Amino acid sequence: MLGKLTIDALPLYSWVAMSGAAVTILGGLAAFILVTYLGAWRSMWTQWLTSVDHKRIGIMYIVLALVMLVRGFVDAIMMRAQQAFSLNSEGYLPPEHFEQIFSSHGTIMIFFMAMPFLTGLINIVVPQQIGARDVAFPFLNSVSFWLTAAGAGLVLISLVIGKFSQAGWTGYPPYSGIAYSPGVGVDYWIWALLVSGIGTTLTGINFIVTILKKRAPGMKLMRMPLFTWTTLCVSILMTFSFPALTVVGVLLGLDRYAGMHFFTNGDGGNMMNFANLLWIWGHPEVYILILPAFGIYSEVVSTFSGKRLFGYESLVYATAAIAILSFTVWLHHFFTMGSSANVNAFFGIATMVIAVPTGVKVFDWLFTMYRGRIVFHPSMYWTMGFMVTFVIGGMTGVMLALPPADYLMHNSTFLVAHFHNMLIPGALFGYFAGLNYWFPKAFGFTLNEKWGNRAFWLWISGFYLAFMPLYILGFMGMSRRMEHYNVPEWQPFLLVAALGAVLVLLGIVCIGVQLLVSVRDRKTAMDITGDPWNGRTLEWATASPPAPYNFAVIPQVEDIDAFADMKIRGVADLRPTQYEDIHMPKNSAIGILLGGMAFVLGFAMVWHIWWLAIACLAGALLLLIIRSSDDDNEFTITAGEVEAIEIQRSYTTHKIATDRPMNASGLPDGQTMQGRV
Amino acid sequence: MSQAESSASTVLASDHEETLDFEAREFGFWLYLMSDAIIFALLFATYVVMSQNIAAGPSGKMLFSLPHTMGETFLLLCSSLTFGFATLAAMARQNSRVILWLIVTIALGIGFVAMELSEFSGMIAAGATPQVSGFLSAFFTLVGTHGLHVSFGMFGILVMMGQILTKGLTPPVLSRLYRLGLFWHFLDIVWIAIFSVVYLPGVL
Repeated sequence: MLGKLTIDALPLYSWVAMSGAAVTILGGLAAFILVTYLGAWRSMWTQWLTSVDHKRIGIMYIVLALVMLVRGFVDAIMMRAQQAFSLNSEGYLPPEHFEQIFSSHGTIMIFFMAMPFLTGLINIVVPQQIGARDVAFPFLNSVSFWLTAAGAGLVLISLVIGKFSQAGWTGYPPYSGIAYSPGVGVDYWIWALLVSGIGTTLTGINFIVTILKKRAPGMKLMRMPLFTWTTLCVSILMTFSFPALTVVGVLLGLDRYAGMHFFTNGDGGNMMNFANLLWIWGHPEVYILILPAFGIYSEVVSTFSGKRLFGYESLVYATAAIAILSFTVWLHHFFTMGSSANVNAFFGIATMVIAVPTGVKVFDWLFTMYRGRIVFHPSMYWTMGFMVTFVIGGMTGVMLALPPADYLMHNSTFLVAHFHNMLIPGALFGYFAGLNYWFPKAFGFTLNEKWGNRAFWLWISGFYLAFMPLYILGFMGMSRRMEHYNVPEWQPFLLVAALGAVLVLLGIVCIGVQLLVSVRDRKTAMDITGDPWNGRTLEWATASPPAPYNFAVIPQVEDIDAFADMKIRGVADLRPTQYEDIHMPKNSAIGILLGGMAFVLGFAMVWHIWWLAIACLAGALLLLIIRSSDDDNEFTITAGEVEAIEIQRSYTTHKIATDRPMNASGLPDGQTMQGRV
Repeated sequence: MSQAESSASTVLASDHEETLDFEAREFGFWLYLMSDAIIFALLFATYVVMSQNIAAGPSGKMLFSLPHTMGETFLLLCSSLTFGFATLAAMARQNSRVILWLIVTIALGIGFVAMELSEFSGMIAAGATPQVSGFLSAFFTLVGTHGLHVSFGMFGILVMMGQILTKGLTPPVLSRLYRLGLFWHFLDIVWIAIFSVVYLPGVL
């Protein structure tokens, strides 16, 4: 009836695992009690969980990302603590638990922290940047989110019921095969990735269509904001690389569930093929994580330097070049696996070539700042910290791209330092910059800058302390993923790295405090104009937070930096003489139901509860039929309602057109429109 | 692609905003097909890599039968033709002829899947199971994935028949039928590749 699921699945084997499970359960309970206490279940369901509004879906993505950031960071600091003290001793973590922790840290940070974070920012911003009212497929967007959440849920529940994978976040066979990992851990990993991966593929399709088909009139491709450009490239990468993850997950699953021989040691299996398939997805994935951050840096640097981006076209071409090249370098993840020298040389050179368009971008950002009137906003700090630190990671990347050097450094902590150097200052700092930059757009008030700056300084100094020692340790011969060691010379460096992790912890605390303080002080930090930073792109033309339809009238785009151009021409605040009815998609519960089915399906497959898995598949199919037969999924906001919303906005922003006597609406007479140039 | 797409959309929808909406859906569906094509491409690559890894099991030459595969090919290609007839009938708004051609398409599809299943069960009865060798794992997975797609497509045809019977050939129904047709023809192309990459080199 319950497959392999028995009482033994509870984590009673160590106090560390038990307290992890307890914290997970208490966290879930606390959220449940809070919502119940606030009596907010109904509004939660109708306005958030079933919402197909891209802005709300975006916010839910980011909430998920921040929760998973905390979970993934707990893993990180536990590893640092273990390695700091496990010289000639077992430390406090048994090996099989340490292995689960480094596997879940990587899986969570990439799939359930970085991916939801960037997808959330894309969701909130891109439709507004292109002057659209929503994405091309709002319902599909909700499905994508709930599939991602279902995958995250599977990783979280693995802490309470059963164990997570011990095979690392890349899950290489034959170790991840059934012969060496007979438990449920690898299955949790496979199903979490499959479920969320399908969600990501759908997100990619959604945003390609959104960007190519829903731009405002006049916004040619070469007038799109840089963040939209990077999103387009990223969506293409998602659509065409994530199928490879699906394939590799399914094939490993067939090996494990059906006894097949794709990646086994004997009977004609070929584990090299796993490495190839995984990294055919995995290398484009690296650029999926970082290109949106590049887009954010571009927007931030241009806004807070008060200038148009230097070399807009070169940034576009560099982005596209990186996106294409990302498909040609996957083999550099396994130079040492025995390909011929010529093959290694090809992939080594292709890898080094990527440094060229990336270098172009760094210079473009620097020249944008040159002679700009720079505002030292927290997002600008994150951006500048990125530029300095990212270059170091880029150079160590070129070192690793040399196959002979890679033979020395592969699987050492040098590699660990390198990719954290790319992903923390490269990607994560960008998401934080985006969080500080677009927060007022999503919520209507700005974030506290003092705590934002504190978070930045703690993160960046913590980053250097945590990862520069790992570069050195790599040269000293330390392998990654060591549960204990017997080289006394390593320990001082590992202690410094642990100190760095503590600083990062304080940085995360500062981000939490920043959010709390900002909510407390929101009355004094209201963004009534919708344009708190004198922004240059169309998302700043909407109200903060935007009306459900974003734009009452779709704007006409005449230039790059459309909103800055509209401000110069004095048309940014013009109101139309009449409004039209707006059709918007209705909310739907099918998205969250599908996500729930996917979660239960994954759980049932992990524990071999076949009847439940079949029931979930049938249920999902039924939901799809119901949805596909529903032709009445839009509602209308009438012209009158639109006008009321827009007049209210004008009233609060004190920019009321002269030609509209407002007495009838109870608003002050004789207000004149003030252009914000 | 865009030619065929826009011409179909213009026929399908009257209202301009609706046309745009259907165009976006059709474009999105093309993208889905392309990502599905990547799945098949990687399964093909895996099959090619593993086609010689027969371990202690039989090789393709001992297992494949071209006449049988020929029959499957014939059924599937004919089903594509009959789906085309259904689409033509839909353009002419002849509901009952659409239904008729869809029934013929499903019948051919069932014939195809039945032949595939008889091939699989024959192989398994002869001891050539997917657990025997890397080659057989890759063979069953590639061909089976295609068979699952065909089965799912037939399920889609059933749903479309239900919608045509209850709603008639409204613009949304026509757009869905058009996209299902894309899916069905796509599976034909994949089958041609399976024939050329799996069966033909297997017996030659």
